[in-house]
Amino acid sequence: MVYGDANLVISELRERIQHLEGPSSRRKKVLPFGVPDIDDRLPGGGLAYGALHEFAGGGAGTVDGAVAALFAAGVAARTRGQIVWCLARPDLFFPALAQAGLHPSRVIFVESANEDDVIANMEECLGYGGVGAVVGELVRLPMTKSRRLQLAAEKTGTMGLVVRRWRRQTEANDFGQPTAATTRWRVSVAPSVELPVPGVGRAQWFLELMRVKAGECAEYFVGACDAKGRINLSTRSADRPYQAGRSIYSR
Amino acid sequence: MPAAKAQAIFHGLMLVDADPTADAAALERITLWALGQYSPVVAVDAPDGIVMDTEGADHLQGGEPLMVTGIANRFRAKKLSARVAIADTWGAAHACARATRDETVIVPIGETVRAVERLPLAMLRLSPKIVGDLHTLGFKTIGELSATPRAPLALRFGPEIGRRLDQMFGRIREPIDPIRTPDLIEVSRVFGEPIGAAETIDKYVGYLIIRLVAELQRQGLGVRRTDLIVGKVDGTRQAVRAGTAKPSRDIAWLKKLFRDKRETIEPGFGIEKLTLVAVRTEPLEEVQKASALVDEDLPDITPLIDILGNRGQRVYRVAPVASDVPERSVARIAATSEIATETWVHHWPRPVRLLAKPDRIDAIALMPDYPPASITWRGRKMKVMRADGPERVFGEWWRRDGELDAVRDYFIVEGEGGERLWIFRRGDGVDPATGSREWFVHGIFA
Repeated sequence: MVYGDANLVISELRERIQHLEGPSSRRKKVLPFGVPDIDDRLPGGGLAYGALHEFAGGGAGTVDGAVAALFAAGVAARTRGQIVWCLARPDLFFPALAQAGLHPSRVIFVESANEDDVIANMEECLGYGGVGAVVGELVRLPMTKSRRLQLAAEKTGTMGLVVRRWRRQTEANDFGQPTAATTRWRVSVAPSVELPVPGVGRAQWFLELMRVKAGECAEYFVGACDAKGRINLSTRSADRPYQAGRSIYSR
Repeated sequence: MPAAKAQAIFHGLMLVDADPTADAAALERITLWALGQYSPVVAVDAPDGIVMDTEGADHLQGGEPLMVTGIANRFRAKKLSARVAIADTWGAAHACARATRDETVIVPIGETVRAVERLPLAMLRLSPKIVGDLHTLGFKTIGELSATPRAPLALRFGPEIGRRLDQMFGRIREPIDPIRTPDLIEVSRVFGEPIGAAETIDKYVGYLIIRLVAELQRQGLGVRRTDLIVGKVDGTRQAVRAGTAKPSRDIAWLKKLFRDKRETIEPGFGIEKLTLVAVRTEPLEEVQKASALVDEDLPDITPLIDILGNRGQRVYRVAPVASDVPERSVARIAATSEIATETWVHHWPRPVRLLAKPDRIDAIALMPDYPPASITWRGRKMKVMRADGPERVFGEWWRRDGELDAVRDYFIVEGEGGERLWIFRRGDGVDPATGSREWFVHGIFA
């Protein structure tokens, strides 16, 4: 917990505020990553159910959204129940998601002709309840729309995952605009694990937690989703010094 | 042409007597089938056609072009040749379907005059005697007739010509009276005072649904497709269709489906009659639910599929297909189909995004089976730091003869920044018969 060592007065105040806010702010369920370093940074110790989470790619990933989609699929695979995947550009190759632990019988695809329909469908699915997670691939996510999604998710306790992918790499600075998402992540590809023989090892990602409500930003080198959709912290950052500072893509 | 002349021209001609009653019965059967399939308002356009009001119903078939080709293909599969036309009015569609040589015609909105002015008079749905007399007077096309002053024509032939022309150009309404059978479950309500407010419509649709469900319950049926037909004061009709993925008798659920569609209803000067028809029904038996000891069941999300489907979104699942060719290894299946347990078995990683059409790249590689040292994709050069492969995929000769020798060699390549691509070479690099040795990008890894 982040507030574990906060002093007594503050925790008492917090309790009183929670009491005033009523049942809406009851303790939320979370989905932990199972990686202590990441979970400690997230309030509640994981990705909150009943909230919107946003994933974007870095570099060329802003356009293809491959890493962000697989990261979202890994999160969705670890939830329980059906997954609804809303999209407008059907270029997802499902065998890759199946390799991240998402069984094809668990996913329902909803394909729309345009972006606005994708958001409307996501809202409908989030408000319906009874699904494990709702994933949407979006270009634009304005503040009002994201707040609607966030509220719909809060109402039913369904997890909303937004995969952001833009048409051009230059449009990706749109990610700087604020949204109502509870957590915002940027996942970019990193060179894979070195093998002693020629070949491509386990894929690695550079994972940036850009924003989290009631928490601080962080960045990690992680190993890509395994067959159960789990990531692990890569030892790589210890092997090689990484310059402290912002992402290589945010300059 | 007399039968004797035809027999003289064509040796061994088989002659069958016309059977108008059997034809009419068959046409009615097809019409009823179309009622459940395409549109809530379908009628027989005697003696040889079917007329449908597809406005607001085409999106369920993927739009107008897909719908008309779909209809034509359905008929061809039954060894029947059909002509399909969509136009603004019944008259125009009737004429275009019969005059054209093409299988399908779609007349754009507002282009009716241009589409029909050159068509012969016989397409105007007039009696043969009037058409014959008009020919005698020298009229040949619909355009010529419509440009002639009405008064002398009406004096000579009566009001029929003017009415048919106005119907064709949409100047007077021609409502389609939908076909009905006695076993169709239908409930309706007539209003003494026309209604128009949204809440009022909701309320009465709710009452109708309760009555319809009670009737369905009595017969042990569940509804798959329900039509709401709105009769307005000015004699026009509007139809709203709601479909469900599984047979249903859930009142709240049907109410919700029609509430979603309410904004498409235009009350105009007021609604005087609401009719609810269960167009397609399927048996729905009561099932006893055993209480689960271990774990609660996952909630049924069929209603969600219905909402999205009625909005015109494509809702589907994917299922594995036993094929090594990546494009063919995934099939789309209906969202409510049986849950399959099998999944893809791959020992190699697969890319998250698969390009719809492989992208041609330039590659520098040592033949025959080394991965490229560098590739140029979309004008950007990428130095290959690491690579895996080849994974050889053979053509499927049982699908297409041309694939007998075809081979693709897939490689996973990784660039300096860690970007990973799935590329392949056509051919095995030795035998030119197996492929052209060109390189392509086919997918993007995460």
